Amino acid sequence: MRQYFRDIFQSIWTVLIGMKVTFGHLFVPAVTIQYPDVKIKLPERARNRLYVNMDDCIGCKQCEMACPVDCIEIETVKSLPTDDLGTTSSGQKKKLWVTKFDIDIAKCCYCALCVYPCPTECIYMTEVYEFSEFDRNNLIYNYITLTSEEIKNIKTKTSEYEKEQAAKKAAATPKPSAQTSDKTT
Amino acid sequence: MEQLLRNILDHDIFVYGVMAIVPLVWIIPYALVVIYLERKVSAHMQDRLGPMRTGGWHGWAQTIADMLKLLQKEDIIPSAADRKLHTLAPYLMFIGAYTVYAVIPFSSSYVGSNINIGLFYIIAVSSITVVAILMAGWSSNNKWSLFGAMRSVAQIVSYEIPTVLAILAVVMIAGTLNLQEINQMQTGWFWNWFIFKKFPFIFVAFVIYFVASLAETNRTPFDIPEAESELVAGYITEYSGMKFAMFMLAEFVNMFAVSAIAATIFFGGWNSPFGGFLSGPIWGVFWFLTKGMFFVFIQMWLRWTLPRLRVDQLMYVSWKVLTPWAFACIIGVGLWMML
Repeated sequence: MRQYFRDIFQSIWTVLIGMKVTFGHLFVPAVTIQYPDVKIKLPERARNRLYVNMDDCIGCKQCEMACPVDCIEIETVKSLPTDDLGTTSSGQKKKLWVTKFDIDIAKCCYCALCVYPCPTECIYMTEVYEFSEFDRNNLIYNYITLTSEEIKNIKTKTSEYEKEQAAKKAAATPKPSAQTSDKTT
Repeated sequence: MEQLLRNILDHDIFVYGVMAIVPLVWIIPYALVVIYLERKVSAHMQDRLGPMRTGGWHGWAQTIADMLKLLQKEDIIPSAADRKLHTLAPYLMFIGAYTVYAVIPFSSSYVGSNINIGLFYIIAVSSITVVAILMAGWSSNNKWSLFGAMRSVAQIVSYEIPTVLAILAVVMIAGTLNLQEINQMQTGWFWNWFIFKKFPFIFVAFVIYFVASLAETNRTPFDIPEAESELVAGYITEYSGMKFAMFMLAEFVNMFAVSAIAATIFFGGWNSPFGGFLSGPIWGVFWFLTKGMFFVFIQMWLRWTLPRLRVDQLMYVSWKVLTPWAFACIIGVGLWMML
């Protein structure tokens, strides 16, 4: 009998305590962050979308080699001695045309291993993390600054130059040595 | 109000039609607002924000958007269901909820039907809900629906007893079942309200009535009929589109009905709490709706405070706690009146 009354008293009392707690929370500022309008500041070393500053890229392919999921694809073409590709922001002379620099961001695992080996610090993580696409092919990012025509020009020029050089070489060396060189290859 | 309508309209049928529709004028905007409010209250009690986008300012149009969505939804009837009963149940549910409004006095000059057995009528017609729920659960031909309906019926039938007994304590001091007359007895300052009469018996009766009314409207902590975690949605599992909306509307209409009854018989209904201050037929509507909405708010408040009861606990509360205490209240009030 005593337990019965105690139970009733306790249930009413605890309900009132609970109501006090919930009523208090009614006036506590909400913890919700209104996401697209309000964004949390990212941590200092947050890893998000990669970006390549092509002005600084020297085409050394170190990022491509470092990538554990092979999502970076780079193609380079040797420049002619007459070409001036300019220098990077750190003063390093560029020697290669970078004719292809694709990052398949769908494959990217955001490990940032490509960021550390870059000698010119031209590949780095940005603060952008909203880049969903309806088509997966749109996630292959093309960082090339050259147009396709320019690339074509460069490639033909270089191949012509190489042919020229090869012809010069062939003309300069006598025939027997050419045969020996054939054997060695 | 009836007299006024009689002067304007020439035929009885029009008069009764208008009288019957007046509560609906309140119910429809009320449902829109209270569903939004329920979301907001629940969200803020959990330190969230709730709907914030639809319509611009704090998501005010969320309920309207939901309603439009429900209107467009496909009306699915299970092939194994009893088509007629399945279709009829939601409307019967709403009818059961709406008929209660016939005798609730919204103001000193408006009550749908000023009958002498008002409270008895409310208790009688609120049982229609039980039929509708069982109809919905049985005709859906679904195990969850049937379980939900059975639990709901068991619960409502059990909790009807403490409700009636608690109301009976009020009827004993009022000496009438007419809700308009009960209201007129509580005119004046707030200490004339029945809740402060025969202290503490009527107050205890009010608590019993309120707890039991929560169970009757299937609100948390007594929402075992539609316990989401075990029964999906109870008897409304197989409903979609507007029929589902009808059930939801009936639930919210019921919520206000029990709140309105609590306000009317315990808290003076349309009476101003400050004597003649802001009293009159128009202000009466304001006071009545304010009191009603306050109890609706308390229902929401409890919902987000308490967890759901177990089935045996539910029956324990009804039969071993509320019913004996309601009897004790009646006996207490009776003895007080005798002495």
